[in-house]
Amino acid sequence: MAARVDFEAEIAHLLYAMKPNPVQACLQCGTCSAACPVASHMDHSPRQLIAMIRAGEKEAVLASNTCWACAACYECTARCPAGIDVARLMYGLKRYAIWRRRAAPALIAPEFSRRFMRMVTLTGRSWEPALAPSYLWRGGVRGVLEEGRMALALILRGRMPLWPRRIRHRQAFRAMLREILPTGGRA
Amino acid sequence: MTPYAYFPGCSLEAMARAYHRSALETSRALGVELRELPDWNCCGATAYFHIDELLADVLCARNLALAERTGLDLVAPCAGCFKNLHAAAAHLREDPDLAEHVNQALGADGLRVSGAGRVRHLIEVFVEDVGLEAIRARVRTPLTGLRVAPYYGCQVVRPQLTGEAAARVTFFEDLLAAAGATPVAFPARLRCCGGSLIATQRAAALALLREVLGAARDQGAQVIATLCPLCQINLECYQPQARRAGPALPAVPVLYFTQLLGLALGIPPKRLGIGTELVRADRVLAPCLRRSRKTAAA
Repeated sequence: MAARVDFEAEIAHLLYAMKPNPVQACLQCGTCSAACPVASHMDHSPRQLIAMIRAGEKEAVLASNTCWACAACYECTARCPAGIDVARLMYGLKRYAIWRRRAAPALIAPEFSRRFMRMVTLTGRSWEPALAPSYLWRGGVRGVLEEGRMALALILRGRMPLWPRRIRHRQAFRAMLREILPTGGRA
Repeated sequence: MTPYAYFPGCSLEAMARAYHRSALETSRALGVELRELPDWNCCGATAYFHIDELLADVLCARNLALAERTGLDLVAPCAGCFKNLHAAAAHLREDPDLAEHVNQALGADGLRVSGAGRVRHLIEVFVEDVGLEAIRARVRTPLTGLRVAPYYGCQVVRPQLTGEAAARVTFFEDLLAAAGATPVAFPARLRCCGGSLIATQRAAALALLREVLGAARDQGAQVIATLCPLCQINLECYQPQARRAGPALPAVPVLYFTQLLGLALGIPPKRLGIGTELVRADRVLAPCLRRSRKTAAA
């Protein structure tokens, strides 16, 4: 019978298979948490989160907002004495939560990322207005008005194209993406 | 000088048009030939890593393959694009299995990648390849007396450099000094602007922006200089919100390093996209603009 992979090993191997991230090597020194500029906005500091992963506390890790508050600034990665790429670990946790549909519904990031991916798959380029629906209404009416005023100012200064740009080799581009991901016929 | 393959990135066609224009103008003035990569695609920004890491690598790999065809170094002015392209090239070199998988996908577009081509940020090309001496020699209207905060942000420095090496970089200060400006000692220079948290975790992003804006005020900086469109957009477009999110902070214009360098090289401000800011820069730049007009008239 195959051995059951525990949560710690699962997280350690979330990066592509050739390069595991050694969460087992964590010294619990807290350098990552001290370096993190958004630690005060996190339910658990990066150090605490790694301790939770190592203790196998899967439900608590997935319920924590920590990975979603990560800005990917790499302060932690650049400083970890054990060689853990903490920022990529946070990306790994986001993927884990999205794949298993365990991301909290109130989060903006999963929908933001999905929209981004669909947009790039279709056109090959990014275009900000296509992303706005994922966060626009979170700021209430005042937030929408403010974003609208900003968009208008940018349009008047020639800084907001009204139509997305597209690459020329779109078909071949999508065929390339299809080689990587089963996209449910959307690519 | 050998030409470079140029990867503008999506922001430079939209909110960061001023960066695109000033990058092309300053490069031309410094004798750097940028050849835009034909049919380049989005680097994946940060959002793609939320979905699939292999997919993020293949997006960059397509651009790397297009650049390898030209045989030229690939130059990106956007810190995010630079980091993604740079990291994908390293992944491809270090992991033959990954390279094989990626190449199988690239085959669908008739491309092949090795990861051997060099990926550079535009500021690196200016500082290392053109050189500070050569830049100083071409400065026509030095930015004398202008106090500038050199804001590196994250992705040009980390994660490529680690530990003390990351903390000790000075190339941005050196370049501003070569343009005749006064780089201020800027404690927030390597801090994060919040990146895409501005959309997904607004409160956290505004706190980070306040840290940068507060440090600029404390050091008496008249302008913040950036080398990344996302830093510029967050610091400028969301500056009113960030300034309101706590005790009042003064307004400060946020310009690309290429706009400031371009002014020093005597390029007319309009051609550098100066005047398209949301936080006006004309007042703090007034002495520089006057000198620039005088030189142009002479």
